[in-house]
Amino acid sequence: MSPNHTVFTVLLVASFLFFAWGCWRRLSLITLRTPEDRFDSIGHRVGEMLKFAFAQKRVLAKPFGINHFIIFWSFIILLIANIEFMLHGVCPWFSLTKLPDGLLRPLLLVLDIVSLLALASVVIAAIRRLVSPPYPEARTIEAFFILSLIGILMLAYFGINAARVVNGEMVSVFAWMPVSGRLALLIPATSAGSVYLIAWWAHAFALLAFMCYLPYSKHMHILTAIPNCFFRRLEKPNTQAREEFVSGKSFGVGQVDRYSWKDLLDSFSCTECGRCQQVCPASITGKPLNPRAVVHDIKVNLLENASRLAAGEKPALPLIGDGGEGSVSEESIWACTTCGACMEACPVFIEQMPKIINLRRHLVEEEAHFPEELLNLFENMEGRSNPWGIAPSERTKWCSQMDVKPFEQGSTEYLLYVGCAGSFDSRSKHVSVALAQLLDKAGISWGILGKDEKCCGDSVRRLGNEFVFDRMARENVAMFREKGVTKVITQCPHCFTTLKNDYRQYGLELEVIHHSELLRNLVQDGNLKLNKTASGLGTTVVHDSCYLGRHNDLYDAPRELIEAATGTAPAEMERNRANAFCCGAGGGRMWMEEHSGERINLTRVKEALEEKADTICVACPYCLTMFGDGLKDVKADNVRVLDVAEVLAEAVLR
Amino acid sequence: MLIVACIKQVPDTTQVQIDPVTNTLVREGIPFIVNPYDTHALEEALRLKDRFGCAVAAISMGPPNAEGTLRKALALGVDRAILLSDRVFGGADTLATSNVLSAAINKLHHECDEVGLVLCGKQTIDGDTAQVGPGIASRLGFQQLTLVDRIVELDTTGRRIRVSRKLEGRHEIVEAPLPAMLTVVRELNRPRYPRVPMRLAASDATVEVWNNQVLKLDEQSIGLKGSPTWVSKIFSPERAKGEILGDGYADPDGAARLLINTLLSKDMLPL
Repeated sequence: MSPNHTVFTVLLVASFLFFAWGCWRRLSLITLRTPEDRFDSIGHRVGEMLKFAFAQKRVLAKPFGINHFIIFWSFIILLIANIEFMLHGVCPWFSLTKLPDGLLRPLLLVLDIVSLLALASVVIAAIRRLVSPPYPEARTIEAFFILSLIGILMLAYFGINAARVVNGEMVSVFAWMPVSGRLALLIPATSAGSVYLIAWWAHAFALLAFMCYLPYSKHMHILTAIPNCFFRRLEKPNTQAREEFVSGKSFGVGQVDRYSWKDLLDSFSCTECGRCQQVCPASITGKPLNPRAVVHDIKVNLLENASRLAAGEKPALPLIGDGGEGSVSEESIWACTTCGACMEACPVFIEQMPKIINLRRHLVEEEAHFPEELLNLFENMEGRSNPWGIAPSERTKWCSQMDVKPFEQGSTEYLLYVGCAGSFDSRSKHVSVALAQLLDKAGISWGILGKDEKCCGDSVRRLGNEFVFDRMARENVAMFREKGVTKVITQCPHCFTTLKNDYRQYGLELEVIHHSELLRNLVQDGNLKLNKTASGLGTTVVHDSCYLGRHNDLYDAPRELIEAATGTAPAEMERNRANAFCCGAGGGRMWMEEHSGERINLTRVKEALEEKADTICVACPYCLTMFGDGLKDVKADNVRVLDVAEVLAEAVLR
Repeated sequence: MLIVACIKQVPDTTQVQIDPVTNTLVREGIPFIVNPYDTHALEEALRLKDRFGCAVAAISMGPPNAEGTLRKALALGVDRAILLSDRVFGGADTLATSNVLSAAINKLHHECDEVGLVLCGKQTIDGDTAQVGPGIASRLGFQQLTLVDRIVELDTTGRRIRVSRKLEGRHEIVEAPLPAMLTVVRELNRPRYPRVPMRLAASDATVEVWNNQVLKLDEQSIGLKGSPTWVSKIFSPERAKGEILGDGYADPDGAARLLINTLLSKDMLPL
């Protein structure tokens, strides 16, 4: 009763070579990339890898995550059994049974239990894919094939050990194998030899097939996900890399080898679990954008064009194209709100948003090809430094009835960076007034730039017009330096993140504080006294702005402010904080039409109304507009949307 | 065939104010833009270049800082950019301006390539005369087709052009032999957006500067001396100041009612 070791050795070597060749063929494509440094803070990176790859922190955050956790750790623990199996297959004398019983017994116990858990997890995974898959396309033959292979491995493992027990081997450890031992009772002694051979070869074929198939499938993530967590972006991916504007360079990503090696590694690390698409506001509301598909398309495009790109030829399959497999459609590129939900959800830290913005950069900068609504926006931004193209002299109209000081180094502590919406938008101007009055009431020393204030450039950057953003950022950074600005209050999360995170790339470190945080501090420290409770607001519901919450981890300040002003904590929508759903205006979508699916703002407004909201509280001028419009669309005339500064003003000023 | 687009640098008039004491335009700190109508003339020239492969030259008369306007044209794809700049050109009215521009076009015609089309905006937003384009046409002896909102057909071999003119309440289709001068309206096209590589190339490219030593025009026909028109006064018209009646933010219903009642009382709502 012994398998043919020569046959197995030949098969094993062939499989190894096939596996190595497949891995090399794919991973070497990553070297087609543009460079990017991800080798800093090695110690920190190791910690992140342990936390997210080995402890599976993000995987476990969702139902069925535990299933994956079990399979992952079974793989690692069963490596012992599988390595033994392969070595035994080549050299028959090699066997774990040669270990002393004291070591062998607990080891076999663990292997038996782990195999059983893995088998159960595989069965649950298969049932889940049949009954209620994470998304309909997840019900692939590939998925069932891989699950079956794992299942066969586990069953064969039990079979081998059971047969050995029946055959009189391993009798002293029989009691330590709860599954294999029990199975042994079912096998007649006469057929033990054939059961052993069948199970052994089944195990061999499943193992070798798995090895051969791995590099050619999405299960490649078994090899790439761990390094992908190691090479994750250590800071929040709330900004994009700068581009250098010199002649002869190309801008953005128009073909796949223009991506960085990490972008390409991302594409091999995606297991297509679909968590990104389940939280993407574009996907959910029926736009053609699907972040999972974008990452998949990058991988397919790379594989399809690999030989041509290596030879320095033009790719045959365009990266930006009709949206078929391997091409990303323009409509999906423009559908992204840059809300960051996909990146927050991804268990292995794939960065979908920067990849999409790189495609936008190519379209805008190389081809000057973009939705026509954006032409005016780009020209207004360049010509008059605001989205509407209003004359800069109108920037101070919001405070024409107030006594507002210009910012001067030494005499004013804070710059109130009003922002374009706060300066020009008729609704947001009321927020600016409320904020200014509150700051005065609290005795804060603040001033404005007046007509010298320029747009921060958030929208143009997220829309891929990096050339114009670069100019705007340089101008603003120079002006802030010249005027000696160090502390800035913003009432717009987009200004907030741009001044705080994007301008840092230009060497400007500002102390930027969002008004919700400053006002919260002023109330908590007793510098703003509440006259009364703002009771006229009814049930308040809070909405997280993506660029305040997910992109900058600021969740509590707006809530605490509302609670202080109204006496009760605001109601939460079903999707809140890090899972909050975008209003639909980020990423420059504020300036574009939604041509397909349901409007994102309507989806969110309906979610707010489910909480029986009388007042929806926001902390962003874009959210203010989107909710205002959405409420009009659903004819919810008696529901108001207020900025948190206005909520506080109800309690302090009225 | 060469196509010439005439473009002008103008102050962004939405940001211009008039000094109440001196009655002159306050130009300090006001950004310059390309005259919006001229951007459509330029765009059409570039579209014809894309279709017929003819070369496009952009010319502009103005002070040395008008070079920026021509760099924008280079970034959009013109083959040559020429700035007509000389102190003696300064202070020109529409007659003197068209003298300089037509001399430059003539020079291109004789030294470079035969000029088949000259494209101008229908007017500039600072002077608003709409005279320079027709002035060029008459000085060069070109056909003049004003207020063009569509080029119906351009026959470069038969040397004819057929265009649609946008007139009040109607359109007129007219045909003329080349060479011709067109002034264009905004409806003609949607100007393109510059590609970044072109912008970078444009910032390194040469803008040719032609002064009067190049054009050799009689100083009596150019600049202030050649300008029979004098601006004696410029002022903001008195505008009746409106009155804010309601507060649409605090009380939208009341404000709407007030508006309707006010319009009704002044008999301004046809019922």
